[in-house]
Amino acid sequence: MEPAREATRRQPVVDVALQAGAAAGDAQSSRARALDDLRFWDNVYRRLTRSAAIGVLIILGGVILSLFIGSLPALREFGFSFLTEQRWNPVTEKFGALAPVYGTVVTSFIAMLIAVPVGLMIAVFLTELCPKMLRRPIGIAIELLAGIPSIIYGIWGLFVFAPFLQETLQPALITIFGNVPILSAVFEGPPYGIGVLTAGLILAIMVLPFITSISRDVFEAVPPVLKEAAYGLGCTTWEVVRYVVLPYTRIGVIGGVMLGLGRALGETMAVTFVIGNAHRISSSIIAPGTTISATIANEFTEAVGDLYTSSLIALGLILFVITFFVLAAARYMLLRIERRIG
Amino acid sequence: MASHPMASHPMASLYASRRRRNIIAMGLSLTATAFGLGWLVLVLGALLWQGFSGLSLSVFTEMTPPPGSAGGLLNPIFGSLIITMLAVMIGTPIGILAGTYMAEYGRHTRLTSVVRFINDILLSAPSIVVGLFIYEVMVAPMGHFSGLAGSVALAVIVMPVVVRTTEDMLNLVPNQLREAAASLGMPRAYIIARVCYRAAQAGMVTGVLLAIARISGETAPLLFTALNHQFWSTDLTGPMASLPVVIFQFALSPYKDWQQLAWTGALIITFTVLALSIGARALTARKQS
Repeated sequence: MEPAREATRRQPVVDVALQAGAAAGDAQSSRARALDDLRFWDNVYRRLTRSAAIGVLIILGGVILSLFIGSLPALREFGFSFLTEQRWNPVTEKFGALAPVYGTVVTSFIAMLIAVPVGLMIAVFLTELCPKMLRRPIGIAIELLAGIPSIIYGIWGLFVFAPFLQETLQPALITIFGNVPILSAVFEGPPYGIGVLTAGLILAIMVLPFITSISRDVFEAVPPVLKEAAYGLGCTTWEVVRYVVLPYTRIGVIGGVMLGLGRALGETMAVTFVIGNAHRISSSIIAPGTTISATIANEFTEAVGDLYTSSLIALGLILFVITFFVLAAARYMLLRIERRIG
Repeated sequence: MASHPMASHPMASLYASRRRRNIIAMGLSLTATAFGLGWLVLVLGALLWQGFSGLSLSVFTEMTPPPGSAGGLLNPIFGSLIITMLAVMIGTPIGILAGTYMAEYGRHTRLTSVVRFINDILLSAPSIVVGLFIYEVMVAPMGHFSGLAGSVALAVIVMPVVVRTTEDMLNLVPNQLREAAASLGMPRAYIIARVCYRAAQAGMVTGVLLAIARISGETAPLLFTALNHQFWSTDLTGPMASLPVVIFQFALSPYKDWQQLAWTGALIITFTVLALSIGARALTARKQS
């Protein structure tokens, strides 16, 4: 892997120059040559690593550039109305991104609505309440939940979770909110099982571990002195969390939440299974919908014609730009809290 | 606050309400944890239940069947192994080199902080976008889907993970080690290869394992790079079957046999991923203790 290692054939480095000298007779010049070699390989390795680092930047640039070039035909054809147009018709080749963008935002919103409070409370439990002995196992279990590939959540959502929702939660929501003026529109229509709500719930389960583990990490970084002082004043555990831990870690928690949001926005497989893939904006959250990533996953290989393909790539570009800014903001906030702690 | 809780009556109700609020909040946090762990149990439970019933030797020895008949997952398992292995072979060296630059040669340079920022974004960028990127730069110019394109797409996902862990682990190596080696006259590249890499070995291997765990279930970037293949194929320049894509296709099909195979495949992937991440954890835990 490293050229330097091969050059010396696994001999101790200090000996390289001497042995080379002994073999060649003219000790002075061959020693100089050996040292030159070392310097040469050192330089090579430094440049190699530097170009690899720059390569990381080039890849990101390449992603943006290739998506932009790929989406040019669609952007040229539809212009700005691509963002505001709801129609998505492959037959007449009229494409608009509004329905997938709306679906992406709504499913992520539902996911965050559930995952943020639950994730924070789990982090509170792990840092304040949990007996020391259980802390590690539960922490690891939550992190394992984060490692399960999204397609597993997808297949589980399709075969287990969606039928369950169809029989229990969705009919209940429809009957409860059926006569409430505004909410009846939100929970309108037959219970399909699959749909925007199901996708949001699956996303909630998926981003929960991310939010939990980051908030736990930032909670643990609160200086014990601060918490002890508050306990010394007679604060209850909840008051310590509410008035000491949360204010101190606010930026970090927001960063963690944004990171989770980034995941939710770009999540593909779990959503594709359960969203129902309907290109329309419905006021009801139990109706089928679509997201940017689900649209791309479902239609890309079947897309015929440049404009269709290009419209899908344009969707990808929109997704990438949105997640880029969300993730950049998240990293910036996490960086700030790291600096304050470190 | 200074008075004893029981000393005055008007304060007693305040204490009681604070205590009540505390109990409610702590109860909620306990419920939240049970809720979070409950999902893990539910998902894994369903997976074991559905997956095990279809697990047999033929899963590992037979090809994917045509609709409506029994078969196995041999070609997608093989395809996944090949694609993953190649992705690691492409992504790891670049990742290690970049991480080395960031931790060793250019620890405090501007380039490093920019690369770190960008790398962290790539780390959680939507994987489907990576698929689109590779489609644009490899599949479209070559004119056909290929296993190689799938590998490169996964390599783009492997790289940021390896960069991150390599940099973190090399940063943990005490500077005295580097200084001692330098005082013996070792050039920088040798210090890195002989001293730093050795000290950070376990952590770096962990990074690679985590990267493999991450890509072994990735589906989105393979959908329009490696595509799928019904039969045995070792040709990297043609479409190739992979486990996640086959699961995706089979799960959404109306055929019972295919759905069963999808569950079994999901079980295999989950076990692989869990084994890899537990292995990675064990490796670092031993190193730290």
